[in-house]
Amino acid sequence: MIGLTFVYPLAGLVFGAFAALSAFDRENPKRLGNAVFWGLFAVCFLVGDRLGDLGNGVLALALALIAGAGQLGVGKPRTTTSEERERLARVHGAKLFLPALLIPVTVLVGALTLKRLSVHGAPLVDPKQATLVALVLASLAATLLAKILFRQPASAPLQEGRRLMDLVGWAALLPQMLAALGAVFAVAGVGKTIGDLVAHVTPVDSRLAAVTAYCLGMAVFTMMMGNAFAAFPVLTAGVALPLVIGRFHGDPAVVCAIGMLSGFCGTLLTPLAANFNLVPAALLQLKDRYAVIRAQAPTAAVMLIVNVVLMNTLAFRR
Amino acid sequence: MLTLLGVLVVMLGFALRFNPLLVVIAAAMTSGLAAGLSPIEVLTVFGKAFRTNRYVSVAWLVLPAVGVLERAGLKEQARTTILRLKAASAGRILIAYLALRQLSAALGLTQAAGHAQTVRPLLAPMTEAAAEARAGGALSDNSRERVRAMSAATDNVGLFFGEDIFLAIGSILLIVGFLDQSGLTVEPLALSVWAIPSALAAFVVHGARLLLFDRGLVKDEVGE
Repeated sequence: MIGLTFVYPLAGLVFGAFAALSAFDRENPKRLGNAVFWGLFAVCFLVGDRLGDLGNGVLALALALIAGAGQLGVGKPRTTTSEERERLARVHGAKLFLPALLIPVTVLVGALTLKRLSVHGAPLVDPKQATLVALVLASLAATLLAKILFRQPASAPLQEGRRLMDLVGWAALLPQMLAALGAVFAVAGVGKTIGDLVAHVTPVDSRLAAVTAYCLGMAVFTMMMGNAFAAFPVLTAGVALPLVIGRFHGDPAVVCAIGMLSGFCGTLLTPLAANFNLVPAALLQLKDRYAVIRAQAPTAAVMLIVNVVLMNTLAFRR
Repeated sequence: MLTLLGVLVVMLGFALRFNPLLVVIAAAMTSGLAAGLSPIEVLTVFGKAFRTNRYVSVAWLVLPAVGVLERAGLKEQARTTILRLKAASAGRILIAYLALRQLSAALGLTQAAGHAQTVRPLLAPMTEAAAEARAGGALSDNSRERVRAMSAATDNVGLFFGEDIFLAIGSILLIVGFLDQSGLTVEPLALSVWAIPSALAAFVVHGARLLLFDRGLVKDEVGE
């Protein structure tokens, strides 16, 4: 069955290749740091299951220390100049879009069909991982097509991948690190403490106040945890079920749907939602780490108010 | 209550711009120790979750494809294509992308677009080219940064206010499961239907901002 057992070793090999190529990059004064960093990350994917939980924790700590000590540089693999790219774009023209479009098309087809494939009655692809497997297959297919169509050197995929990986740098690990932080917070009971706190300060006698407290609480708690999924059970149990739904008879479907979207407003506002907010700033080489958050903050703020109004009008129609 | 100190560490650490990876470890240690765990126990819990969440980082496997395409001139081609459209402006391109992203996410295609696979190689070069064409020359660093940031922001808004219309998305399943445990039965369809008003509002709100964004850019460039 194709699933994580196929995806993780492949990811390990790619990160390992980034590490090896970094080690020989004379243009990067911090090449050793890069090599060790991506090498350790590769270890996590290749043999992480055999390291034990503490081993993986120590590995994560080592990765954070390397990044925190400023030992990550930006490698400079040989690539095409902007003049060469202008010329190549004229030569290849619209064909350049083909591999780029192949990615979403393959993801779509893969997500729809991979689950149904089976060999001798056993599923070929782990249904739970179908989208992830589809994304990996799409990336492989697009790389191969681009390499053939545009006659790219054999070293190009890994060297170009490393070029972009170094631009993202430590931010690439942040989403996974934050997920682990969420687990520690859960063990420590952080969510429950905040939920009790919000429930404690929410006024119980006004419908609008309860709705506002729930939506605002979802946004603020999501900002603090980086994830609306962590905020939802805590605040819905603490505020929505007893008050908005229980006391004021709000329609649970409306309340929960809009409550979750209020949490998403918080996601737009927090650096803790790293893969949405910090990673693109690195990928687009923005000087301000928080420029994306700044750009979406007004939309998030207005949408939070809109959600309060929508919940207050739509949830109590009876 | 002391466990909340971890949240404080996160907020301060990010505000003071320490390396976020270190901030995360420090916050985990703070909350873990406050909850009575030993440092070794904290590292164990952290390491276990770090390992089980590896799938989050698998998405980086898309980078080699994007890099090869950039090497072959994809960004330049994206620019050329946009410059042929005389009516294109940064705001209008982003509005079209917002609609596409919301619709595709509503169909469950959340992974079809994203910051690595669409925003960096296609969307950002297109909006930049359109903004340059309008400004009649190269953009100031400030405007360039704003155009790029708004491209990424539009991808996020489109994704967040589209995906909840899809029945089988994680958040919908989470809500159904949670309410079920609390003794309330809610159909996934009811939840996705009630995500539509917010989705429409998000399109109007962010779309209006994008139209204003165009005007702001022109003013910015003339002013300098």
